[in-house]
Amino acid sequence: MLTLILFLLPLISGIFLVWNKSAGLAKTTTVLVSLAQLALFIYIGSVFYKDAAALEFSRSWLSDFKVSFHLGLDGLSFLMTGLTVVISGLILLATKDLNYGNISRLLGLILITEAALIGVFAAKDGFLFYFFFELALVPVYLMANLWGGEGISKITLKMFIYTVFGSLFMLVTFVVLYLFAQTSELSELAKVSAILKPGLNNLLFWGFLIAFAIKSPLFPFHGWLPDAYSKSPTPATMLLSGLLSKMGIYGILRILVPLAPAGTAHFSGLVIYFAIVGLIYGSIIAIQQFHIKRLIAYSSFAHMGLMGAAALTLSASGVQGAAFQMVAHGFSAVGLFYVAKIIYDKTGSRSLADLGGMSQKAPKLAVLFLVILLGSVGLPLTNGFVGEFLMLRAVFDFQHILGIVAVSSIILGAVYLLRLYQKTMFGPVTSFTENIEDIGTKELVVLVPIALVIIITGVFPNCLLELSSGFADTLSLIK
Amino acid sequence: MYPIIALSFTGLLTLFLGLDNPKSKLILPGTVLFLLVGLASNFADWNAPGTYFNNMIEVNNPTIIVGAVILLSALFLVVLSAGQFEDENAHPAEYYALMQFSVVGALIMASFNNLLMLFLGLEILSIALYVLTGSDKRNLRGNEASLKYFLMGSFATGILLFGVAMIYGATGSFEIGAGASLAHAPLPSKVFFYVGIVFTLIGLLFKISGAPFHFWTADVYQGAPTIFTAFMATIVKTAVIFSLYRLLVTGFAYEYEFWVKIILVVIALSLVIGNITAVVQDNFKRILAFSSISQAGFMLMALTGISERTFANLAYYSSSYVLATISALGVLIVVSRNTLKDGRPNENIEVFNGLFKRNPDLAVVLFIAMLSLSGIPLTSGFWSKFFVFTDTIGKGYLWVLILAVVMSAISLYYYLKPVVAAFRSPEAEQPAAEVSALQKLVLYGTALLTVILGVVPGVFRALF
Repeated sequence: MLTLILFLLPLISGIFLVWNKSAGLAKTTTVLVSLAQLALFIYIGSVFYKDAAALEFSRSWLSDFKVSFHLGLDGLSFLMTGLTVVISGLILLATKDLNYGNISRLLGLILITEAALIGVFAAKDGFLFYFFFELALVPVYLMANLWGGEGISKITLKMFIYTVFGSLFMLVTFVVLYLFAQTSELSELAKVSAILKPGLNNLLFWGFLIAFAIKSPLFPFHGWLPDAYSKSPTPATMLLSGLLSKMGIYGILRILVPLAPAGTAHFSGLVIYFAIVGLIYGSIIAIQQFHIKRLIAYSSFAHMGLMGAAALTLSASGVQGAAFQMVAHGFSAVGLFYVAKIIYDKTGSRSLADLGGMSQKAPKLAVLFLVILLGSVGLPLTNGFVGEFLMLRAVFDFQHILGIVAVSSIILGAVYLLRLYQKTMFGPVTSFTENIEDIGTKELVVLVPIALVIIITGVFPNCLLELSSGFADTLSLIK
Repeated sequence: MYPIIALSFTGLLTLFLGLDNPKSKLILPGTVLFLLVGLASNFADWNAPGTYFNNMIEVNNPTIIVGAVILLSALFLVVLSAGQFEDENAHPAEYYALMQFSVVGALIMASFNNLLMLFLGLEILSIALYVLTGSDKRNLRGNEASLKYFLMGSFATGILLFGVAMIYGATGSFEIGAGASLAHAPLPSKVFFYVGIVFTLIGLLFKISGAPFHFWTADVYQGAPTIFTAFMATIVKTAVIFSLYRLLVTGFAYEYEFWVKIILVVIALSLVIGNITAVVQDNFKRILAFSSISQAGFMLMALTGISERTFANLAYYSSSYVLATISALGVLIVVSRNTLKDGRPNENIEVFNGLFKRNPDLAVVLFIAMLSLSGIPLTSGFWSKFFVFTDTIGKGYLWVLILAVVMSAISLYYYLKPVVAAFRSPEAEQPAAEVSALQKLVLYGTALLTVILGVVPGVFRALF
């Protein structure tokens, strides 16, 4: 029941805000809803270990197909739902003070996306999962189109077709499994698929993989990403990179591996190779970018590659690392894109060639930017380190050579991210940066929590790792 | 049963309404009232199944639901047609009377029990439509469309009649269940029967615009006045798909292995031709014409999964399709009314440019309709695709399903074209389109129903 409230609150307030026109009311509502969501989530956390049944909600949705509206939280879902609640709250806080027209509608769409994401992460029914998986894209598509710049419609169309193409295969795969199981409960589907013929199981694997590989995206399905991330308005980009991309990795952990175990065992090696290629490829391209958002977009793509590879190694450390890194990357990606937006709003440029010397004018921004950036690089004491270390260890155990190749991505990551920092914050002041002011409370409210989370979860990673450990153990059993 | 009688009468009555004054203000409200009467009388037989006219017409709850879908679509379209027939050449009384007769034909087709009634219903439906297609007399494209539709349509009806005659020759009866006596007969004695089925199917597949019998569709959809395009896309399609259902599923189910091969070929061709050709179109009505070909393919997929769920799946699919089509074409009617291109309302995609700025509500309705047609969740279109997918794969036709999935992804491109145009900022400032309160009601209503059907599909499934 609590999970349902957590899902309905942003949905209803989101619909209300899309309807509403007053900007003042919208801003108050978003702050209140974000705080309420956070409080509710903390309360859910307090009952999580004591009374798991209170978090379950199940009603028949389509009785003659035995499809149920079944929400519930286990460790991994709890982690991802928490990430969604906190990150959406931060995105809302950041967005409400950005200078977009029709701000109420924009905030409403973000809230609706949040609801859909909570649905994805809490769904216990295959078709419900699919429903929310597709639904999450619609408000982001609208956001990108209505607030994006020139030429955005072609880019979003490409993104839409790409992802829907993938998800349709997932739908078909679910339907096939459903016909064997005659129910769409994920736990039941897993039991049925364990006894299917290996040939069919391989097909199931590809059907699911295509959907998640496009959504994450994993190499070579990333064609939609660079433009979509760099041309969308910042709130949409933050949602895409911080949360929507996580649906892909979550899907691999929650759907792909349990529902196509034989196929995973058979083909995961191949996919890991491709994912690592994506990791290196994304990093190398990121080094050459001059457009800040494109640089972060490629860095985000590279990180997703490592997460995908680690999740598919099916070792406890790989799954744990991927789950942990989903949270870590959620914070750092949102932080980086937000800083990029701040820099753009202050200077009017997104090109590294125009910028420089901002640390002299904006020291607070420089410090917070550095923390977030180092989190993304994976420096020890930040949460990026914990995740990357676990994941790289898993890849190394999987195959030593591949592990060595993957480790080089840390160096590449340091190269492109420190280059980003150096070109924006250090060096001589340019005509674009000579008149800027430091960030104020509005920005600090968003950036300080992100920086704190990066450091705290980096020093005490166990608080998150415990949540995903149970799930990681069950997955490793499959192997 | 009752609406067939009621609307035959009220159709004539409507003609009298326009006798003194062809532009009488009473005609439109009168037609709405008549259709409401028809809708109410439709439910008089609810839970009282039976047959009428010497077993020629069968009434049961499924046929009543189909009747309700047809009558409701007609009602929506009549409301949307307000303000359409105002030039000096128009004869609204005749149009509305013909629409009612056409609805009578559709109702007969959805509940026939006898192949003669099928033919009769098809002719009543079609002949009225031939006239309506050409009702805009000074539109050259309309005239062409009307003539094309008439010539090709009567040819198809001829083939259908030929098929009916062959079935009669083989079985000695017009009853749809009569062929059962032949079920176990040796093949040579069934040749006429099989040929009869094929010919009957061709006649019906022509009307539903299943490829390769689709060649008339694009020109006729484009040439006809938009309101009658919507009529063809919704009412005709519903009537024909359910007559196919009656014929194949309730009638010739024992010949499943035979007819399913034909249907599968038609599905594959319709999906490929409909979707691929739609991609290169610029005219919104042509896009919807090719989309209607591909949607026919999807609807036929429901027939292949012959089971106790078939009716519910088909009813859900056609309701969802009808709602989305009415929303989409309704928005086109409202938006294109005051735009002119070469002396005619502009019906190209560009008419939607900047709609999100001018009429955000209409743009949202259009967006929902397009999402529903392409099968994205939150809209009913998603579930209808889901249902037909389960049907097809339940019988093991995985290749059809893969084809359908690939084609659905392609279809997104053209379904989102008008949406993309609506996001675009317009080149010149245009005034917002004026929408009357009733039209708003229909457009909002259809969009809302699309979403409700998409969120709580179970409620409606219980009805079917």
